[in-house]
Amino acid sequence: MGKLISGAEIVFKVLEHHNVEHIFGYPGGAVLPIYDELKNHKTIKHILARHEQGAGHAAEGYARSSGKPGVLLVTSGPGATNAVTALTDAYMDSVPLVCISGQVPTHLIGTDAFQECDTTGITRPCTKHNWLVKDVNDLAKIMDLAFEVATTGRPGPVLVDIPKDIQFKKTNFVLKNSNKKKLNGKSKPNGKISSSDLDKVINLMKKSSKPIFYTGGGVINSGPEASKSLRELVSTTGFPITSTLQGLGAYPGDDPLFLGMLGMHGTYEANNSMYSCDLMINIGARFDDRITGKVDEFSPKSKKIHVDIDPSSIGKNIKVDLAVVSDVGSFLKALNKRIKEKHKDFLNSNKQNISKWWKDIDKWRQKKSLSFINSKEVIKPQYAVQRLYELSKNQDTYITTEVGQHQMWAAQHYKFNKPNRWMTSGGLGTMGYGLPAAVGVQIAHPDKLVIDIAGEASVLMTMQEMSTAVQYKLPIKIFILNNQYMGMVRQWQELLHEKNYSESYTAALPDFVKLAEAYGCVGIQATKPDELDEKINEMINTKEPVIFDCRVDPAENCFPMIPSGKPHNQMLLGPEDEKEEVSDEGKTLV
Amino acid sequence: MPKSKSAYSEPGKLGKSEHHIIVVWVDNEAGVLARVVGLFSGRGYNIESLAVAEVDKKKHISRITIVTSGTPSVIEQIKLQLKKLIPVHKVADFKRNDPNILFKELALFKVVSSKKNREKAQKVCKKYNSFVLDKSKNSFVIQVTALRREIDKLIETLGPLGLVSTSRTGAVAMTRGAEIFK
Repeated sequence: MGKLISGAEIVFKVLEHHNVEHIFGYPGGAVLPIYDELKNHKTIKHILARHEQGAGHAAEGYARSSGKPGVLLVTSGPGATNAVTALTDAYMDSVPLVCISGQVPTHLIGTDAFQECDTTGITRPCTKHNWLVKDVNDLAKIMDLAFEVATTGRPGPVLVDIPKDIQFKKTNFVLKNSNKKKLNGKSKPNGKISSSDLDKVINLMKKSSKPIFYTGGGVINSGPEASKSLRELVSTTGFPITSTLQGLGAYPGDDPLFLGMLGMHGTYEANNSMYSCDLMINIGARFDDRITGKVDEFSPKSKKIHVDIDPSSIGKNIKVDLAVVSDVGSFLKALNKRIKEKHKDFLNSNKQNISKWWKDIDKWRQKKSLSFINSKEVIKPQYAVQRLYELSKNQDTYITTEVGQHQMWAAQHYKFNKPNRWMTSGGLGTMGYGLPAAVGVQIAHPDKLVIDIAGEASVLMTMQEMSTAVQYKLPIKIFILNNQYMGMVRQWQELLHEKNYSESYTAALPDFVKLAEAYGCVGIQATKPDELDEKINEMINTKEPVIFDCRVDPAENCFPMIPSGKPHNQMLLGPEDEKEEVSDEGKTLV
Repeated sequence: MPKSKSAYSEPGKLGKSEHHIIVVWVDNEAGVLARVVGLFSGRGYNIESLAVAEVDKKKHISRITIVTSGTPSVIEQIKLQLKKLIPVHKVADFKRNDPNILFKELALFKVVSSKKNREKAQKVCKKYNSFVLDKSKNSFVIQVTALRREIDKLIETLGPLGLVSTSRTGAVAMTRGAEIFK
C-alpha cells in the first residue's frame, strides 16, 4: 500500500501529469485546501485574477495563443457563477478549458449552505461535460478525464466540482490509462480519411470554375501544422480563400489569394465570391449566422463541401453536398498528399479553369470595400488600427479584442500572418474579453508584444484585471478606440431605430490616463491623427502595461456591412449606401 | 408588406414534422437524465414522452426512450447532439410508423362510477391486455398496455365512464426479430 495523499494533492498530481504550468484563479472558502497545497508544487504558477470572469478569459487567451488547455481554479457559489460567462465563451469558440471549482462539503450539499450553488447544474449547458466528485477515489480518474474531454474532438470547456471534504480526504494516487474506453468512443473521430472521400473532393475541385475556400477556427484549433497544410493546398490549387473571424491568421492576411474576412462585416470580394461561387470548401467553420446572412439565399449556386471534426456542425445550418468528419489538419495533409500522388494533372489544368473567376474577384476588389474617408482633424478608428498594424507588424504581435466596432475594424485592418496570434470572442460576443485574454496571452508569451484592441465600453467591464497585469509585470497594451459610445449598438440604432441612441452613450467615462496611473501602469492619450504614430511607438516601446486612450471619431460606422436580411451580394459599402430602408420585419429580427 | 429580411437567418421553408422515437443508451450516473433533457429544452426540441430505467445492472447502462417530433433536419441534429454527450453510448432513431418496431406504453386508470359504467369501462380496456389491479365497492384500478394513440383514445372513452386518475409511463420501443440495435 502506497502513501496516502489528499484530494487537493491529487488535483496537482494530475495537473503536473498534464504538464500544466499556469493556472488562473481566485481563492475562497471552498477551495482553500487546494490553495494550501499550491506551495508544494513549484512547477505550477498560479495567476491571481481580480474576478473569476477575468481568470476565465485569461485562461482562454492562454489556451488560444499557446494551443494548451487553460486551467481555471475558482471557489464555490459566486466563484463558480462568475466563471460561467468565460465557460460559455469558451464553449462557443471551442477553447479547451479545465475549470476546477470548490464546492461546500458533501454533507452540506443541498442545504443552501453558505456559498453553495448547483455548479454542475448551472454549467451543464455551457461545458462539454462536468463532474461533481463525490468520492476521493474517483478524483484522479475524473481530473484526467477532464483534460481528455477538453482537448479532444472539438475542444471546449469542462468543469470539475470538488467538495471541500473531498479535497481533505486521503487515498492512494493511481492514474490509469483507461480513458479511451470511458469516453464512449468520442475522443477519436474516425482518424482515417477515406481515399474515396478525398477523390470526391478533388473531383469537385477539378470540375469547378468558381471555387472558394471558406476556412474557420477549426484550422487554428487543429494546430500550426494545419495552417501549413492549408497554405500548401491554397498555393497548389490557386483557389481564392476567405476566412471567418476565428480563422484569421491560418492563412496570411496580406497574401493576394486571400480575400479577407467574410460575413456581416467582411469584404465585398469575399462575400460576393461566397454568393457566386460554384464550389464552396468549408474547412473548420460552422456556417454561423453572422456568416450566412439570409440562409435561403446563401450561396445559391454552389456545391458545398464541409470538413469538420464535430459531426453535429455539419448540416446544422446549411445543407452540404459532401461532408467529411475529420480533424482539419489530418484532412488537409491527406488531401495534399493525394493530389500529389494521384492527381498531378490537376495542378496544370485548373489554373486556367479559374482565371475568369479571378477576373470577377478582381472587379469586386476594385470596390476597395475597406476604404474610408480619412481626416486630418479627428482620428478615424480604421486609421488607428492601420497605423497600429504598420508599427507593430515587424514583430511577432498577439492581438486580443473586446466586442463591437473596434473588433470588426481590427479584424478588417490588422493582417495576421500566423495562427494563434488573434484572440477574440466570436461566438458569444463577450464584451470585456480582451483585457483578461491579453493577460493570459502575455503569461504564455512573456517576451511578445500583446495588444488588446479595445473599445472604451467593453474594456470597463473587466478593467480590474489591469491590477493583475501590474502584479505579474505583464506589459500588455490596452489600445482603446475611445468613441464614447457603445459603437456597434449606436450604429444599429442609427440604421434601424431612427437614430434613437437609447442608452448607448457613456456619459461619465473615467480619465483613462489617470486610471492607468492609479493602477500603477502607463497612460497615453492621442487625440490628433498627426500624433498617432509617435504615441503608438511610445506605447510599443514601454516595458510596462499601458492603457492607450485613442480618441476617435464618435460617429464613424463600421463598413462594409450586410444589412438586415440581405444576402451576401447586397452589401452596404459606406455611408452613401446607408439610406436604403430596412423593412420592419427585418428590424425585429436583427 | 415588404418581404421579411434579416441578418439572422429566417425560419425559411420548414420541412414536414415527423414523430420519432429516440432510444438512448447512457451510463447511469448522476445528472445524466438532466443532460439529455436539458439538451432538448436548451435547443428547443420537443419531448412528448420519456421513459427511463437502468437495463444493465453490471455495466450501469440506462435506456432512455424519448418520443419527439421535428423536421428531418431537427431529428438529425437531436441524434448528433445526443451522441456528443459523454455518457451516451449509442442512439437509435425510429419513425413512429416503422413496422419493424414494437412500441408499447403502460397506463393505469382509476375509475370511480356505477357498476354498469365500471363494467363498460372494463370492457373497453379488454383488448389492451388489461388487468384489474385493485377493486373496491365503487372503483377499480386497471392496467393496460397499448400504443400511445390507443391510450389517448381510451382516456377519451373512459372519461364519461368515471375516469378520475390516469398514470402512464411513456412509450418504450424494441425492434422485431432477432436483431438488436448496435
